[in-house]
Amino acid sequence: MDRFTDIFPLRRGRVHEACGASAYSFAFALAAQHKGAILWIKEKWQADQLNPSGLADFISPSEILVAQGKDQPEVLASAEEALRSGAVSLTLLELSKPLSLIAGRRLQLAAEAGQSTGLCLIQDGMGSNAAETRWQCEPLFGGADSTLQRWSIIKNKTGTLTNWDVRWDAKTRRVIVVSKTGE
Amino acid sequence: MQKRVVSLWFPRLASDRFLRARPIDGPFALTHRQNNTERLYCLNTEALAQGLTPGMGFADARAFCPDLQSHPADLTADAMFLQVLARWAKRFCPWVGLDGHDGLLLDVTGSTHLFGGEIALLGDIHMRLAKAQLTVSSGLADTRGAAWALAHFGKGVAERGQTLSAIGDLPVAALRLSEKANVGLQRLGVRNIADLVALPRATVTRRFDAEVIMRLDQVLGDLPESLSPLPEAPRYQVRMSLPEPIGLAADVMAGTERLLTALCQRLKENETGARVLQLTLRRVDQGQQQVELRLARPMRDAARILPLFERGVDEIDSGFGIDQLRLVATQVEDLPIQQMTHSRAAPDDQLDDLITRIGNRIGLENIQRFLPADSHIPERSYVISPAAWSTPSNTWMPVRQRPLKLFPPEVVAGQGPRPPRRLRWRRMSLTTALATGPERIAPEWWMTDESWHSGIRDYWRVYTQQGRRLWMFYTPQNPAWFVQGEFA
Repeated sequence: MDRFTDIFPLRRGRVHEACGASAYSFAFALAAQHKGAILWIKEKWQADQLNPSGLADFISPSEILVAQGKDQPEVLASAEEALRSGAVSLTLLELSKPLSLIAGRRLQLAAEAGQSTGLCLIQDGMGSNAAETRWQCEPLFGGADSTLQRWSIIKNKTGTLTNWDVRWDAKTRRVIVVSKTGE
Repeated sequence: MQKRVVSLWFPRLASDRFLRARPIDGPFALTHRQNNTERLYCLNTEALAQGLTPGMGFADARAFCPDLQSHPADLTADAMFLQVLARWAKRFCPWVGLDGHDGLLLDVTGSTHLFGGEIALLGDIHMRLAKAQLTVSSGLADTRGAAWALAHFGKGVAERGQTLSAIGDLPVAALRLSEKANVGLQRLGVRNIADLVALPRATVTRRFDAEVIMRLDQVLGDLPESLSPLPEAPRYQVRMSLPEPIGLAADVMAGTERLLTALCQRLKENETGARVLQLTLRRVDQGQQQVELRLARPMRDAARILPLFERGVDEIDSGFGIDQLRLVATQVEDLPIQQMTHSRAAPDDQLDDLITRIGNRIGLENIQRFLPADSHIPERSYVISPAAWSTPSNTWMPVRQRPLKLFPPEVVAGQGPRPPRRLRWRRMSLTTALATGPERIAPEWWMTDESWHSGIRDYWRVYTQQGRRLWMFYTPQNPAWFVQGEFA
């Protein structure tokens, strides 16, 4: 069985996917493990806003750049450019439509060329086959603890599928595994 | 070679400029506020014929001439218009300077024959300015002073070496004297320049200060007087014409590299950096193709800019071939040379290049960063500004727990000041397990914000049994419940 620390700072040079209600937390918990600028790419029309005050629990809001594309092709083109250049260590893209195999593969090649990590935030059930790993992230009720959530890995090209209950420690800025729940 | 100078005087420059754009029949005056009084600044001929004079109080003028139309003067626009005229005057000679706020000086030495002689040159100037509806009076002489005197008090051309005979009849005021010296000379009965020249120099110097003799010498050419031409703004454009058309992308890039090296050298000399570059490729069939490059930072490093052109050049349709390349820096910003130090972090070149690349695809203003703002209102506690025109700021204030996701408030059913037990939100049935709050936030009364019209808000963190953690608020002044954010 895999240990969480083996898999969690997600493999570099690859593009991963996350879905579910807690995908934002997952994305920024991952961003906290990366140094330097983070690029967040989304489509302009999406009403959901990232709140920098809430972001401060994970990373410094000054480290994040937001790029807004007109439609999905623009988002993908920008993401490919960012992944290939390697100027940002982590590229986060918010996708509204399913990704074709060609587009997913192009992102993988770009990430490999730039040795940077990409993470697509996708809608439930819209994963692409080219993704290295896919994570389902759902919040759990944990009493006064406001960060408890279940991260399940639902696709893994190099290992097994497992669930972890984790919470986020804002002070030390790291993920704490509460317990490992079996299949 | 004897110098020849043309002096042009536009006696009604300001009103002519205004009336060109908006012709008005009848008396018209531009007014200007001086010493707390509206005074006439510049008049048209009809107004002058009514007996009005510049400098007259506006109220008096209206009493004299009830149908006087007026408009406030715009001195900066007038100065800019004079600059435009100076640039236009370069068609006659390369050496053009400004003379006060309503005149031009042209050093036409050696260029008059191109226009068919001196008289023909002046005729040409008058004809063209008359067509532009500008009143002008001109003088041409050996010296700047004599040309000025002819333009303001006389007319025409002083022949080579015949300065004194041409301007001898003009009043002494034509020597550009101060008011005091002018009045003094008039009182002595020295009416015109010839009278002044006839007087012994020593007595004039003793009676007046050195100014009178200095001005006289300048007019007669015994003392030199310089004419300073306008500085020419640096031009950031280079071009290359090719003997044979090219069509391969690599060839175009090689040409661009040569142009870019020359352009960057020019940028470096002026300590500026390019912000927007435009590459125009002319094809043999006279068609034009353009590549525009908008940079995230002002730059003048050819090696760094060149790869950024690659994408645009790849998209060019070269047709039957390209035979001219032209590179223009259309927007230029100051970029002083900086000392390299250990203390200041080097700018992140790679990141800037990435912003440039993405910005040329999705628009440079669409790449943004968050900057802190001073407000308790959650949606106004930050501002979003384009990354290319801002620097990151790290002065974020620590606030209470805030959600990661914000959206426009969505109404949910609920009554009373405590969060509802059960709620339906986005087609989900949720059961409240724990609610923390309230945190009261009052609207900023000094701002009118449509979404805060419902008054103060009591914010609650609502943790549901199903796991979703919502940021809800209640508006006690207009009772209703809303969801505004989610702690993911």
